[in-house]
Amino acid sequence: MAGFGKFTHAVVRGIPTSLAKEALRTDQLDVVDLEKAQKEHEVYVDVLREKLGLQVIQLPADESLPDCVFVEDAAVVCGDTALITRPGAQSRRNETVAMKSALKEMDLNIVEMTDDNATLDGGDVLFTGLEFFVGLSKRTNQKGADILADAFKDYVVSTVPVLEGLHLKSFCSMGGPGLIIIGSSELAQKTLKIMQQMSDHRYDKLTVPDDIAANCIYMNLPDKGHVLLHCTPEEFPESSKAFEMLKDYILIPVSNMEKGKVDGALTCCSVLINKKAHV
Amino acid sequence: MTTEVGSETEVKEKAEETATQPDQPEKATEDNQEVANTENATAEGGEEEEVVVEEEEDKKEKDGKGISRFLPPWLKKQKSQGQVVANETSPTNKVISEATEEEEAPAPAPETNGHIEEVEEKEEVQSEEVKQKEAESTSNASADTQPATEEKVTESTAQSPGEAKSATEDVKEEEQQQKKNEVEGKSTEPAATGDGKGTADEGLSSIFQSPLRLVRRNKMKLVVCHVALLDGTDFPCEVEKRAKGQFLFFKVYEHLNLMERDYFGLTYKDSHEQRCWLDPTKDIKRQIRSNNWQFSFNVKFYPPDPSLLTEDITRYLLCLQLREDVASGRLPCSFVTHALLGSYTLQAEHGDYEPDQPQPLDYITQQSFAPNQNKEMEEKILELHKSHRGMNPAQADTQFLENAKKLSMYGVDLHRAKDSEGVDIMLGVCANGLLVYKDKLRINRFAWPKILKISYKRNNYYIKIRPGESEQFESTVGFKLPNHRSAKRLWKVCVENHSFFRLNSPEVPPKARFLTLGSKFRYSGRTQTQTRLASSLIDRPAPNFERTSSKRISRSLDGAPVINITEAGSENGHEPHLELHSDSKTAQVEIEETHVIQEVSKETKPATVTVTVSPSPDAPEGVALQPEVREQEVVVVVEEASDTATRARQESVSSESESDEEAEYQPNLPSPISHTLIPEEKEEEVEEVEREEQGEQEKGVEPDPITKETAPHPIEASQSAQDVEERENGAEEEKGETDDSTEDPMMTPDEVPNGHALPEEEAPGMAAMAEEEEAKVNGESPMADSEPRPQVICCSEPPVVKTEMVTISDTFAAQKTHITTKEVPIVHTETKTITYEAAQLDNNGEGDPGVLMTAQTITSESLCTTTTTHITKTLKGGLSETRIEKRIVITGDSDIDHDQALAQAIKEAKEQHPDMSVTRVVVHKETELAEEDE
Repeated sequence: MAGFGKFTHAVVRGIPTSLAKEALRTDQLDVVDLEKAQKEHEVYVDVLREKLGLQVIQLPADESLPDCVFVEDAAVVCGDTALITRPGAQSRRNETVAMKSALKEMDLNIVEMTDDNATLDGGDVLFTGLEFFVGLSKRTNQKGADILADAFKDYVVSTVPVLEGLHLKSFCSMGGPGLIIIGSSELAQKTLKIMQQMSDHRYDKLTVPDDIAANCIYMNLPDKGHVLLHCTPEEFPESSKAFEMLKDYILIPVSNMEKGKVDGALTCCSVLINKKAHV
Repeated sequence: MTTEVGSETEVKEKAEETATQPDQPEKATEDNQEVANTENATAEGGEEEEVVVEEEEDKKEKDGKGISRFLPPWLKKQKSQGQVVANETSPTNKVISEATEEEEAPAPAPETNGHIEEVEEKEEVQSEEVKQKEAESTSNASADTQPATEEKVTESTAQSPGEAKSATEDVKEEEQQQKKNEVEGKSTEPAATGDGKGTADEGLSSIFQSPLRLVRRNKMKLVVCHVALLDGTDFPCEVEKRAKGQFLFFKVYEHLNLMERDYFGLTYKDSHEQRCWLDPTKDIKRQIRSNNWQFSFNVKFYPPDPSLLTEDITRYLLCLQLREDVASGRLPCSFVTHALLGSYTLQAEHGDYEPDQPQPLDYITQQSFAPNQNKEMEEKILELHKSHRGMNPAQADTQFLENAKKLSMYGVDLHRAKDSEGVDIMLGVCANGLLVYKDKLRINRFAWPKILKISYKRNNYYIKIRPGESEQFESTVGFKLPNHRSAKRLWKVCVENHSFFRLNSPEVPPKARFLTLGSKFRYSGRTQTQTRLASSLIDRPAPNFERTSSKRISRSLDGAPVINITEAGSENGHEPHLELHSDSKTAQVEIEETHVIQEVSKETKPATVTVTVSPSPDAPEGVALQPEVREQEVVVVVEEASDTATRARQESVSSESESDEEAEYQPNLPSPISHTLIPEEKEEEVEEVEREEQGEQEKGVEPDPITKETAPHPIEASQSAQDVEERENGAEEEKGETDDSTEDPMMTPDEVPNGHALPEEEAPGMAAMAEEEEAKVNGESPMADSEPRPQVICCSEPPVVKTEMVTISDTFAAQKTHITTKEVPIVHTETKTITYEAAQLDNNGEGDPGVLMTAQTITSESLCTTTTTHITKTLKGGLSETRIEKRIVITGDSDIDHDQALAQAIKEAKEQHPDMSVTRVVVHKETELAEEDE
């Protein structure tokens, strides 16, 4: 827990033009402005690299993979181990190829999900620093979760049902050690209860009005302390206020307007890695 | 008596003890015997106030006393001449001592004189107490213990005075001889080898013997048990065939020099190759059900925070267990964690990394760190090992544990099961509750506070869940186990874990621990809180122990080295004092056993109502009494219920485990809401006819304001015959012990805080005679021993309601007792119910089938404590007997009207159990200084 939120590297990926029209999405309401989206993403990467000082590995976009910008779903990294997932959506399976090679170069222990019956999206994986929660959703099944548990043997891996929405982290994320940020929808609250019941540990919670706003990126950086990347007031004015309750945090609003239209959340766009200097 | 003079201070104490004890112990024993006889309820003016009803015993005791007094100390000390000789000649010869021990052991069996044996038991108990005292005093524990035994011996000898030299012909003679020997040993030992190992060994042997003796009243066949220790060594020790599990526990603990014992247990493989926990309160033989006397010493309750353990040796043993768990794959962990744990292991066992070592990888490869150990891992281990430079073994162990405790499956005991839809799952029992796994995933979790009831029926296992905030109704979740045995095993583990980890809530007052009645169970079942408390009182120099990586290696290569018991003593390398401590501990433990036994015996006897009254304010008393009465009633009810259920139970009586088809356990925490009903298995049946008879007797008796003296009901006497007598004797012994403890002036409050608990404390202590004894033990070594609590579930409910609950819980038919906790309305009363698994009384030759003991302890602060024990025994002819023992402890500052209290208790008991009769009432009054207990 002590090292929770410490990251040194981030893997990101460019936005293909195919994103606008071909990316998977749960609703078809708004048209994605590709240019805006790409700008958004540039800012996002910039924050990671410039503001937070992470080493960013940027993978090239692949036009055949419209959702490839959402790298989180392709791999779960914890400690020195990286689990290359088998995304639940058929069209996304190949996203793992580039991710795998990138992570390999970082000298991580690579675990692959070879079982053809297993599916897992990284967006369904919530690591609290003490344990994993894996949402069983449309994209993630029991088998996939089981493989994750096998990959990270040191930790308890509990499954929670995600009956609506895309991913577990579509309505929650970690806001610090022992702090879960949770949306206020019934689904989110119910899921939180389940997680609390399943856990041997106690978690504080920060409830925000909008579910998607509950998806934040928390880091604990050496010279910065607690850092939280969260939604902008433009997107979710109410929710963004809620984060002001976090004292001693560096709060960084990051726009996710366009990517959010295709169900992308803040955490979706990067894989964070803590690469310790070799002993 | 004076025989103990060997050691200086100790000698004094011993002498005092002996001097006093001889009488007291004898008295106590007498009392016990009397109680045991139960035939006539005679009230003897015990030292304090104990009313025991056995004339015969009295006589014996008197004789014994007389004899003992006259007998030379040396005779008394050495149990067997052979031993004595050995001691004298070569005190350190473990072998000899062992041999002598063996001889001794067999000897008692042949004797078979119930009285003698009983006496011996009592003596042993006394001796144990004495030992404890001694330990406290730090004199030669062995000598002390021996004196007690000597006394006993003397008693026995008294019966057959004179002839004691050559062992083995007549049992009596043998006994006498033993006694003489013991006496001799004491005298000689203290003098000659006062500090020598020999004495220690003798003490140990005597200690060990005592429990054995208690158990054995018939033939004493010795069996060699092999206990696989955590370091890979095999620890062989001889055990009488009928010895209870606890006997073996003590031997192992002693061998290991382990004081924080409650985290550990012994396992055996049942006929179905399933690992089972050895129940300390039951006969070993009945549990293993085979001739495979192989056991394994293991961690039973993994402390969630090992850093809170008091002694390094405890942490070391935990490390050994975890290393095995990790290496076998039972405790899964990642590559990095494997390497890290392995590196700490190396640091602990080999010290700093030595670059000069020719081939460091050699010793690594010989050691098993992981199921899939490979070169890469070994190199990583070495690499990490280098970084631990300067870390001492204890620190390395601590680091090891800090990393191991975080592992996902740390302390989780997995059981195969199927969910309601037939899907394969695993049920994991741990400190926090019940976990449900599918493959490697946790799919559900039921924290202890959420669980209202745990039960099983045949191969179904159920937990009743407390309704959530938005829910109105309780829900029950069912699982299917492979068979009823596994269901029962799971149930047991749950009950034990719940008790151990959940009862340590702050709501449970420390007193409660004392209050809890002690049977072996409670001893083994001490809760974590209690254990911590007890271990916080450990006062001994850190024992030296050897980290045995080499042994492990050798084990893998050559097989486990065999260590003799005697060796163990030397190996431990404890100083005499330390040994004494350990002895005392063992002695204490033994005492506890005796208590258990006694309780059992009492139980076997017709319902015995033991009312212990210690000075307490009247008002509180009244209140307390009521609850107590209720408890009694409850007990009675249980009996009745058992009767009805008995039929079924009877059927299953023969085999405890197998017989049980159902059991319930309702863990209720001190929370107001919860009711604690823990119906246990029906393993033990209730004696039907006999009980009824008893009940009648009881009734008859009850009406009478039975003071201490209240004569035992005639009926009781009849019942008392045979087994009953023995049991009674045991009970008497127990009583005697307790009495002794209280009575013995020797016991200084400080020394034996628990034993002579202050009035207040006493109350609890009184409640559980055993507890008192334990307390004494504690006094000697404030170790966990002092606070024994088996599975205890505390519930706070209105007393009456609770009572009702208890009645319901009658299901207790199972040997496991239900524990009902009641809180007394007045003041803060916390009621704890302890469920004991069937405690086995001494078996008559037959080996009694299942004996169920239920002990309920209600502790109210400064008021009274009631302990109820139900024992169901199946007698020849398929009849079953149920005896209910209730102990009420009233603690107060002011005088209590004992008669009134008694009358009320009896009255209530009658009312509640019209079918039962009050067989015996024993009033034990302790007025003592408060001793501190743990």
